[in-house]
Amino acid sequence: MENKKTVLVIGAGPAGISAAKSLANDNISVTVLEKEDTFGGNINNWAKLFPNFKDAGEVKSSLIQNFVNNQNIKIVYNKKVTELKKHNQKWIANTSDGEVFESDAAILSTGFKVFDAQYKEELGYGIYPNVITSVEFEKMYKNGKILTVQGSVPKKIAFLNCVGSRDEKVGNHYCSRICCIAAVKQAIEFKELYPQSEAFIFYMDIRMAGQFYEELYRKSQEKHGVVYIRGRISETSSTIDKKVQIKAEDTLAATPLRMTVDMLVLMIGVEASKSTTILSKQNNIDGPYGFAKSKDIHTADNYSNENGLFLAGSCKRPLTLTETIADGKSAAISVVEYLKQTK
Amino acid sequence: MNYNPFIIPFTTGAIILFAIIIYKFIAWYRKLDKKQRFYLRKNILTFKSIEAIKESFLEALIHRNIYKKNLLLGYMHMSLAFGWFLLIIFGKIEASLHAQTLFEEPWLAIFFRYFVRDEHKFFMSEIFPPLMDFLLLVILSGVLLAWLKRFSSSLLGMKKTTRHSKFDKIALASLWWIFPLRLLSESSTAALTGNGSFLTGTVGNLMAVLNLQYFEIYFWWAYSICLFAFFVSLPFSRYMHIPTEVVFIFLKKWGATAGEEYSGYTDFQLNACSRCGICIDVCQMNFAANIQNVQSVYFIRDTRYKHLKDETANNCLMCGRCVEACPVGLELTVIRQQLRNKKEIAGKHYYDYTKPQEADKKYDIVYFAGCMTHLTPSIIISMKKIFEEAGINYWFMDENKGTCCGRPMRQQGFIQQSKDLISINQKLINSSGAKTLVTSCPICYKSFKEEYVLDIEIKHHSEFINELIENNKIKIQNSQKSIVYHDPCELGRGSGIYEEPRNILAKVGNLKSSEFEKQNSLCCGGSLSNAIIELEDQIKIRNHALENLTACNPDILATACPLCKKTFVHGNKAKVMDIAEIIAENISLQNQSSKHKEKNKIKTKIEL
Ligand code: SF4
Ligand code: SF4
Ligand code: SF4
Repeated sequence: MENKKTVLVIGAGPAGISAAKSLANDNISVTVLEKEDTFGGNINNWAKLFPNFKDAGEVKSSLIQNFVNNQNIKIVYNKKVTELKKHNQKWIANTSDGEVFESDAAILSTGFKVFDAQYKEELGYGIYPNVITSVEFEKMYKNGKILTVQGSVPKKIAFLNCVGSRDEKVGNHYCSRICCIAAVKQAIEFKELYPQSEAFIFYMDIRMAGQFYEELYRKSQEKHGVVYIRGRISETSSTIDKKVQIKAEDTLAATPLRMTVDMLVLMIGVEASKSTTILSKQNNIDGPYGFAKSKDIHTADNYSNENGLFLAGSCKRPLTLTETIADGKSAAISVVEYLKQTK
Repeated sequence: MNYNPFIIPFTTGAIILFAIIIYKFIAWYRKLDKKQRFYLRKNILTFKSIEAIKESFLEALIHRNIYKKNLLLGYMHMSLAFGWFLLIIFGKIEASLHAQTLFEEPWLAIFFRYFVRDEHKFFMSEIFPPLMDFLLLVILSGVLLAWLKRFSSSLLGMKKTTRHSKFDKIALASLWWIFPLRLLSESSTAALTGNGSFLTGTVGNLMAVLNLQYFEIYFWWAYSICLFAFFVSLPFSRYMHIPTEVVFIFLKKWGATAGEEYSGYTDFQLNACSRCGICIDVCQMNFAANIQNVQSVYFIRDTRYKHLKDETANNCLMCGRCVEACPVGLELTVIRQQLRNKKEIAGKHYYDYTKPQEADKKYDIVYFAGCMTHLTPSIIISMKKIFEEAGINYWFMDENKGTCCGRPMRQQGFIQQSKDLISINQKLINSSGAKTLVTSCPICYKSFKEEYVLDIEIKHHSEFINELIENNKIKIQNSQKSIVYHDPCELGRGSGIYEEPRNILAKVGNLKSSEFEKQNSLCCGGSLSNAIIELEDQIKIRNHALENLTACNPDILATACPLCKKTFVHGNKAKVMDIAEIIAENISLQNQSSKHKEKNKIKTKIEL
């Protein structure tokens, strides 16, 4: 057997999957280490995807074609990498259960985690049962129903943007990029399910910088009557019948505002996953907010400052699914370039 | 007459000094506000004046409070102040005994050894030379320490030492030289006449190699000029604190306090600061965030010299740590507040839209959660549970439409707006007819206590819960969890509540102590009084505090302020809980009254 080059891919989310497939195509032997017992990462949290409401499961199935049964790809589940180090030109990954993996190059595709909304206690998540996160909304939507804990259809629902993003107080100054459009999507989904109910979106800015986003935003207002209110929610409380009372300021009308809704959905932001932070710190490639830092954001975005360690997907910064898949491929190309040089 | 031209600098200097001091004191006295003058007149002839004399002695001369910080530093201040004081007193006695009148030439005491050169005996004359030598030696040891402090302040337990202005430098330089020059002058005279004792005599013998016949007079001239320089620069330098501190102590003892507005009493306080720099070391802005030039010593100095910058006035947490540490006992945060207060009364009323609902019936207790507590709803839920468990007939005053207590506005200097808010709340509280007002926020608590006119007992929830437990109104169980308690600034230093929270916590868990506790507790960094601090600096202060508080890895970091809770939660270091939450979690259910059990059963049914 010829001496094949080997690459470790850490994380079997969309970025890892797409990178592994491309590398396998180049006849490189890939080992994918996934900490969960299944692949797909955050894509598993979605029911339908923006901007075209495509079923997330379908997208996932086409993504994993040639991934699971690829003879060049070995996927190992339940392997949490606790240490990633370069040693004698080799990349060594230690996992929490004591196993060691070795390769010629490594790709960090450890992705993101969502913001823990309990940190913003004033929003009542974890305290008032009808305050949920956007991730929980997706889960409910997958099951076909959006219901309050009492089991009734919400007559009024509010979505709050920028929870854990663009927020000095929690230390995240950046924009998570996907939550605005996700709110538009979810509000439309809600209104399609329950046309009689009302939906409100509280926002600071509406950031619709993607293909078809603006159109969707417009449609949500014209066709579905979603109401947009500029202003952050400052505090929430609960009424006796478990409705959520919102205090906010309508910054366009410059008045304080009070509203009672049956359900409040927090559009939680994107943060670096724990593994992203730990592994990039170990290799001195950690950037702001615990994300991994690429060598050059314009020309070497898949390279890190560590030779042989590559970055793919949202371990670098918040990215959309579309961007993540493309970035996985792009990382694979960089790895191939590198392996050729080190022959 | 005992006269020589070299006494002229000293005498002129002394006259100028007294003239300026008297002028200044009168000017400040006239600026005292009505209340301060009232107390002065009321208490001047009471034993409070005796107390003031005692305290002046202990503080201005002995420097008791500095001793508490560091022995050597205390000794340095005492040897200079008390030593010099005694030197003047005994010098005067010696001169008067010699001249056999109380009205000898005023400079005679100062230059006694020059003028009285013979062994002329008078009553007790033999005890003075050694006594005066001893005092001089004590003072010189203080001067030596002061020199050392300049080179290495850490020797005297100080991390930072104050930077000086021009007048300070002149005064300091002359102060450093006054006593060495006195030693040289007296020693040279002693060498020529033999009127010295163990110190001046010995030094005189060593100096005898010089042509003292010629040099002696120059030493005396130098000594006198140094005194002149010191006297003339004193009123404009930090040393103005020497006379001012004494007057300040008297005013304080008579009952004066700094009010809302800048007054003559503020001037006395500004000038009573000795710029010892102790407030720099205790300030978290300095040691946690490395921000200089905003500490109280700089604030006081810049205010006194009228070049106060906004940054210096505003970049302060108002945590009160410096107030606790200041050996002079200056009301540093109150003065800062005076300078922050906006002079022009803004015409716009911002709170017209607030139309609070009045109480619909009479209650025993009013509960005011406060704006900050509304941002930490689990505290509110816990308080509700506690009220219900104790079976209390309470009115949750700001449940739906709350109005801020007004203190954050006030701390930013918006007095008028703050008063608007206060009058709204005052009306509401009085409408309830309750006897007790309970609040969950130390900021509101302090505001109710100090800025409201209320005929009602005001309690922070930690006091209230403590009473409920003591009176068996609620039963709690011990969770055995380890707990560290963080004293919130406004509750601890601000309101003096240290024991009640600890009392409660010791009953529900295993209360551990931390390095910074009670009067010495740290600010969480989230203070609303500082609207200009950079977030990164705030985070540095928070993280430093968190590190100290969680050094023993407690299960729970407890606090009694929603703002501290929120700030610490974002630090992500420990499980942070308010006292109310901890109690609500540990209310023991077995002891619930049967009525409550019934009610709960029904509730669960509805939920199902
Ligand atoms: S995408 Fe929208 S909701 Fe998300 S952080 Fe950016 S501005 Fe806020
Ligand atoms: S304010 Fe108090 S502690 Fe600070 S320098 Fe002045 S006297 Fe010392
Ligand atoms: S109040 Fe606190 S922050 Fe302000 S100067 Fe004093 S110690 Fe420093």
